[in-house]
Amino acid sequence: MLLAVGSVAVMGVTLGVLLGAAARYLAVEGNPLEAELQSLLPGSQCGQCGFVGCAQAAAALAKGEAPVTLCPPGGKAVAEKLAAKLGVTVDLSEHEEKGPHTAFINEALCIGCLRCIQECSTDAIVGANKQMHTVISEACHGCEKCFKICPTEAIVMRPVLVSVGTWHWQKPMPEHATQH
Amino acid sequence: MKLFPIRGGIHPAYRKQATAEKAIVALLPLPARLYLPLQQHMGAAAEALVQPGDRVKKGQLLGRGVGPVSAAVHAPTSGRIAQVAELTAPHPSGLPQLTIVLEPDGQDEWAELAPPIADPFAADPKAIKERVAQAGIVGMGGATFPSSVKLDLGTRLKLEILLLNGAECEPYLTCDDRVMREHPSEVIDGARIMAHALGAPRIVIAIERNKPQALDAMRLAASAFPAIEVVDVPVQYPMGSERHLTQAITGQETPARKLTADLGVVVHNVATARAVHHAVRFGRPLLSRVVTVSGGAVKEPKNVEAPLGTPVADLIDFCGGLSETPKRLVSGGPMMGQPLPSSEVPVVKGTSGILALTTAEANERPTQPCIRCGTCVTICPCGLVPVEMAAHIRKDDLDGAAAWGVMDCVSCGSCSYICPSYIPLVHYFNYAKGRITAQDRERRKQDEVKRLAEARAARLEKQAQAKREAAARKAQAESPAP
Amino acid sequence: MRLIIDKSGPFTHAPVSVQRIMATVILALVPATLFNIGLFGWPALFLFVVTVGSCVAVEAACLMLAKRPVKPVLTDNSAILTGWLYAMSLPPWAPWWTGTLGAVFAIALAKHVFGGLGQNVFNPAMVARVALLVSFPVQMTLFVAPHPIFGAGSPGFVESLAITFGPGATDAVSAASALGYVKNELARGIPVADTLKQLSREALDPGLRHLPDLMDLAIGFKAGSLGETSALLVLLGGLFILARGIISWHIPVAVLGSLFLFGTVFHAIDPTRYAPGYFHILSGAAILGAFFIATDYVTSPVSKSGQLVFGAGIGALTWLIRTYAGYPEGMAFAVLLMNALAPIIDQHFKPRAFGRTRKGDPLPIAKGEP
Repeated sequence: MLLAVGSVAVMGVTLGVLLGAAARYLAVEGNPLEAELQSLLPGSQCGQCGFVGCAQAAAALAKGEAPVTLCPPGGKAVAEKLAAKLGVTVDLSEHEEKGPHTAFINEALCIGCLRCIQECSTDAIVGANKQMHTVISEACHGCEKCFKICPTEAIVMRPVLVSVGTWHWQKPMPEHATQH
Repeated sequence: MKLFPIRGGIHPAYRKQATAEKAIVALLPLPARLYLPLQQHMGAAAEALVQPGDRVKKGQLLGRGVGPVSAAVHAPTSGRIAQVAELTAPHPSGLPQLTIVLEPDGQDEWAELAPPIADPFAADPKAIKERVAQAGIVGMGGATFPSSVKLDLGTRLKLEILLLNGAECEPYLTCDDRVMREHPSEVIDGARIMAHALGAPRIVIAIERNKPQALDAMRLAASAFPAIEVVDVPVQYPMGSERHLTQAITGQETPARKLTADLGVVVHNVATARAVHHAVRFGRPLLSRVVTVSGGAVKEPKNVEAPLGTPVADLIDFCGGLSETPKRLVSGGPMMGQPLPSSEVPVVKGTSGILALTTAEANERPTQPCIRCGTCVTICPCGLVPVEMAAHIRKDDLDGAAAWGVMDCVSCGSCSYICPSYIPLVHYFNYAKGRITAQDRERRKQDEVKRLAEARAARLEKQAQAKREAAARKAQAESPAP
Repeated sequence: MRLIIDKSGPFTHAPVSVQRIMATVILALVPATLFNIGLFGWPALFLFVVTVGSCVAVEAACLMLAKRPVKPVLTDNSAILTGWLYAMSLPPWAPWWTGTLGAVFAIALAKHVFGGLGQNVFNPAMVARVALLVSFPVQMTLFVAPHPIFGAGSPGFVESLAITFGPGATDAVSAASALGYVKNELARGIPVADTLKQLSREALDPGLRHLPDLMDLAIGFKAGSLGETSALLVLLGGLFILARGIISWHIPVAVLGSLFLFGTVFHAIDPTRYAPGYFHILSGAAILGAFFIATDYVTSPVSKSGQLVFGAGIGALTWLIRTYAGYPEGMAFAVLLMNALAPIIDQHFKPRAFGRTRKGDPLPIAKGEP
């Protein structure tokens, strides 16, 4: 009897001390989840989610204060990855997928003010002062920052069209009624 | 020659008898318009060199290959460029594609061609590759990979065998059979030139046993050349798959994500060899190809030598038209061919067949539940488990499907063909492969965006740092003054 | 001409269907069934009809309850096959409700609760058999000696109606099946070898209650359930579906091979305690189980290597249950136990993918270094 009580008590104390020590000496600075979530985000600091940048968005995600569908440029793919990382289920069929867009500069309206060039976080716009600007579509990820800042509304967001090269088969139709 | 077995496979109803004895005929008269897409090959689209209104001669270059993997496009006959526009592609998506529209003038007047290479076996392999690239030749079995790029493999790898693929394991198709029967010496000559370009000492020509006349003709034509061996391989779909044919001949399995060339074997189609012969010996670019026009809905099935760009409808009309509305219009064979969205699309370099299939031939039925009979597992030539892959894809678990090896699937269609529940297995795999590839593309773009954003942030930080330092220096310079 | 593109290739299909597969299996069972109905008379026929009919009716009812289309599923022949196999596992003179209740277990519980055809984990016919055997051991083990349908001393049509549909257990002369007999005798302390020595043609005379000889075991003049009595005809049917490519050799060979191996090895060790291998194979539901029950597509592994493991497991478990457990026959239990393992077997016994090692890594390049 005494032996049993004693051994359990000793075990409890030992483990408690170990845990306490681990909490103190092996503590991790910052939240590792935040860093992992941030690595899943595009990292272009576009601010479309309402947060200042991707780091802040990741922090909000880690605390559960933001939905996984918060990142418009990331689209469905990022939402799925965030959901998987956070272990939450998300119904993306309801999620209105805007589809990828890229910026396009209407050359007739561009006055060469340079503002969009300064705004672009991926250096996707090239041009010089008082000269027409143009967008390198490969580098543009559709964050709309330039679209919002352009004083002459020369920038439009164009959907990226599916081409013969990027097209793929859709999932087969729901099967015959005999199948669930 | 000792052959090696390949795993699984099927024996579909071949239905080749409709065209096997039909000699190749040239398409006459020329269509009113030829539609030449700038991308008839794998890789980057060609760049148009002509404007609407231009007069062009037969064999003239219309589109130039761009980048390392691309192919040139030529005028199949003389005439006037009517249009360079986005028109429906001969592709299941039905999406438009930049296409040059040529109105033949009926003169069929040749442009000045590149001079023949007098003795190709003494020529620098580089010159042959250049000529093949100039001629716009691509893999004519259907894969349409630019042939000059494939001929270049010899510079990087030590090659043993040029394996000429005359298996033609797809049902209905007899175009390669006819080419081998009617032009064996052209095929052999092309093969020898290619082997020289590759630096491959041996040539093996593999033909399925259901083509005895082609085997005889090729053996006769090859008898003068000891380096060439004509081999009859068993009738077993998909024997014509590059990796499986290589295994049947050499007994070696091409490792995943590697090329047959890594085993010292390069595979080319027989029709490609013939095109190489024309390009090297006569300077003629690839302007036409032999197409098997068949299927139960075609009145008079034929093998037609059709100019590239011929609308499918013209080709079918030449074969007596349709006896009924087909259930499916297919480019290529019924197993791996692509459904066509309309009969207005053109014949391109990879069009080995045009099949107008009736409802009875297509034999499509409503899908029933999977009974896990395992036949798909038994017959899969790639050693995959189609039943499990499809189950994961049905539940949108693409990662699960990838873990079961869906990216190793070659879409040969054997599992769909044999499934007693009529489950569109290959459709599932095509979807999954497309989706996973698109996701990879997306991920690459995201990584690139991140890299650019970080580079910019670093640059701005550097500028700010430089400014701060300048300000500090300035302050320092100014401070002792007062 | 424009066409709708809703499907990728291939655009040709083998002339196969689920209906045809099921029908072929049923066809393979016909000779053995006819023989056995002839052997056990009208009651066997009544029970058979009631069982198959009940399965089809339960299937239709389940589909209607689930508000799914009835006709396409009912015409896939799967319910008929399940009923057929279940009927073949019943004692021929069992009362009608064993067939009907079994149909509810097989179709409603074992099949539709799991999601219908293709979704069930356990073999429906064997679920029904085991459920009934455990619940009603008397009725399910009441074997009669052969009563040829028009033979002297066999019940007539009306009499037979009473046997199948009558109120109580039949008072017909009962006989043990071979497996049960060996087990009983062993329990009484009589060595197996001595019991087997009693093998005699006289078994045709039900009064002697002796074991049938080897030939009778094979041909089927013996007591037993509908399907277990004619090893030869069942084997013939099994070879037929094997030849038609409906099943592969892997499961039957593995089942019979491991059963034979265990029987032979242990018989060699102690002939007084253990029955020989050939006796195990020819008696009970061994042949029927190996060719028709264990090979059920839905509940067996899909890869060949997995099928070998699965079949060997059934053979071993059958021997184990027959030898050590309370029941004389263990095939049904063995099949159900291995059914539960089939998904795990499928996970671990995949075929090797082209160009990859068993682990899934790309093969090394043998020669021709780049």
